[in-house]
Amino acid sequence: MIPNPNIPEVSIPSVIQNIPLQHYLILSTLLFVIGIIGVLTRRNAIIIFMSVELMLNAANLLLIAFSSYRSDPSGQVFVFFIMAVAAAEVAVGLAIIVMIYRNTRNTDIGFLNKLKW
Amino acid sequence: MYPIVLLSFFGIVTLFLGFSKSKNILLPATLLFLIIALAGNFLEWNKGPLLYFYDMLRVDNVTLAFNGIILLSAFMIFAISGGFQDNPDSEPAEYFGLMLFSLVGALMMVGFQHLIMLFIGVEILSVAMYVLTGSNKRNLRSNEAALKYFLMGAFATGFMLFGITLLYGATGSFKLEQIQGFASNMQVGSESYILYAGLLLLLIGMLFKVSAAPFHFWTPDVYEGAPTIFTTFMSTVVKTAGFAALFRLLSGSFTGVYGFWWIVIAAIAVLTLLVGNIGATSQNSFKRMLAYSGISHAGYLLIALTALSKPSQNAIIFYSLAYSLSTICAFGVLMLVSKEKTIGGQPNEYYDAFNGLAKQNPLLAFVLTVSMLSLAGIPLTAGFWGKFFIFTSAAERGIIWITVIAVLMSTVGIYYYFRVIISSYLKEGDLVKIRVAPFYKVILVLATFLTILFGLAPGIFEGLI
Repeated sequence: MIPNPNIPEVSIPSVIQNIPLQHYLILSTLLFVIGIIGVLTRRNAIIIFMSVELMLNAANLLLIAFSSYRSDPSGQVFVFFIMAVAAAEVAVGLAIIVMIYRNTRNTDIGFLNKLKW
Repeated sequence: MYPIVLLSFFGIVTLFLGFSKSKNILLPATLLFLIIALAGNFLEWNKGPLLYFYDMLRVDNVTLAFNGIILLSAFMIFAISGGFQDNPDSEPAEYFGLMLFSLVGALMMVGFQHLIMLFIGVEILSVAMYVLTGSNKRNLRSNEAALKYFLMGAFATGFMLFGITLLYGATGSFKLEQIQGFASNMQVGSESYILYAGLLLLLIGMLFKVSAAPFHFWTPDVYEGAPTIFTTFMSTVVKTAGFAALFRLLSGSFTGVYGFWWIVIAAIAVLTLLVGNIGATSQNSFKRMLAYSGISHAGYLLIALTALSKPSQNAIIFYSLAYSLSTICAFGVLMLVSKEKTIGGQPNEYYDAFNGLAKQNPLLAFVLTVSMLSLAGIPLTAGFWGKFFIFTSAAERGIIWITVIAVLMSTVGIYYYFRVIISSYLKEGDLVKIRVAPFYKVILVLATFLTILFGLAPGIFEGLI
């Protein structure tokens, strides 16, 4: 690839390091907490599921930040694993939600009250 | 390491076997696969600590013992499933394939040395279990259980991942040894707080999976809604693997900060014992009672983790084995009895289904009685020694108060475990003679025999590990 002379050469880690690490920590913690609140307060299975994904992505973001600050690639490798596993979970989760929709015509978790003591 | 490779391969082979017209070959084939995996497991016995996959997996005798328990329980569960012949809607090849794959995840959790391995193991196990819980597609209860299990499991995964991330941020590594090195000589400062926060979040994630209170609320619903055979799998294999992973995590990398986490685990253990035992007394459904009993047994196992003294390791191994054997017996008898009568299209899983069991089916009643006695911790059964070893491990560390609470709670346990024994021996019922397949009978008798054998001679285990 021919480098473009108009763009100064900067590596991605150095771009990430322009922002202090604490900011990444605060941002991902906020995203994580928003995810938790979403899971606990929403009633629709798909939105709960989206909130869970938000929690996973908060972890991903923080992993990338830590990894580039430490110049250690293993954190970024972990992100790939998380993405692959999250994709598998999405496949299974949406299949379960579709199965429930077929039986109840609804994805509201308030409808799920067959099992109670 | 061999069983992980073998089972991954056999899982694929099982899926291909599903293409064949004859479904009769599936069950013998998977049982053979499991025997091969068990044999492969013990090939490495006493070979000392071996590291595989770039030091991400550790194989020592503790790993092999846990693997042995997991594979043995899986073998028994596969055998009593009877190849899912009685249900025309079932997909035996897929079920067996998924269970074999989930075993791979369980074995990875047992031997992990690297947090990536832990995460992948937990997920392989859980994702397979979500599918199996919902395998009864037309049944709303099964659907509901699957969705609850999935949402709660994914939620717990989120906690676990954020915890791992914070641990990585504090220590700069995912390896247990390096985390141990960092945690042992850490100064108080921002990094130590991040490490503590990460440890707590990771523990929350793991405790969700082993259904400890206050993260237990999904357990009764999921155990009740899932098809009974998969409930058995969940309450034995998943629980054993979860505790093996927790033990390895805490003993492998956080002994240096014991003072920080032991009180957290102790509080959770006490809460779990209270919730499990008191919840179980108010149940009318035997299956739901067993779910609460599973929660209370998680509490006993947590005591061994709290102590983390020398006898803890053997105590956890022995307890897991005793608990798995009795649980398989209890669910095995439940599956036979509940099929006899139905309530509103559901198999009758209430206590009154067992009324008069002993009159026509003395063997089943005996198997059920021994398993209940073992779960309650009555002497001359394996469960008694399991509890004994756990209390010894707590006493070794000098935590007596927790033992007192646990003994009190186990007397509460006698009440609800004996209810079903009373139903089957003393109450009148119209149960006819239940036909039991010979192989099914062999497994139930074998599990009962082992329960009594370990109850009479717990020393068989002592020198091994």
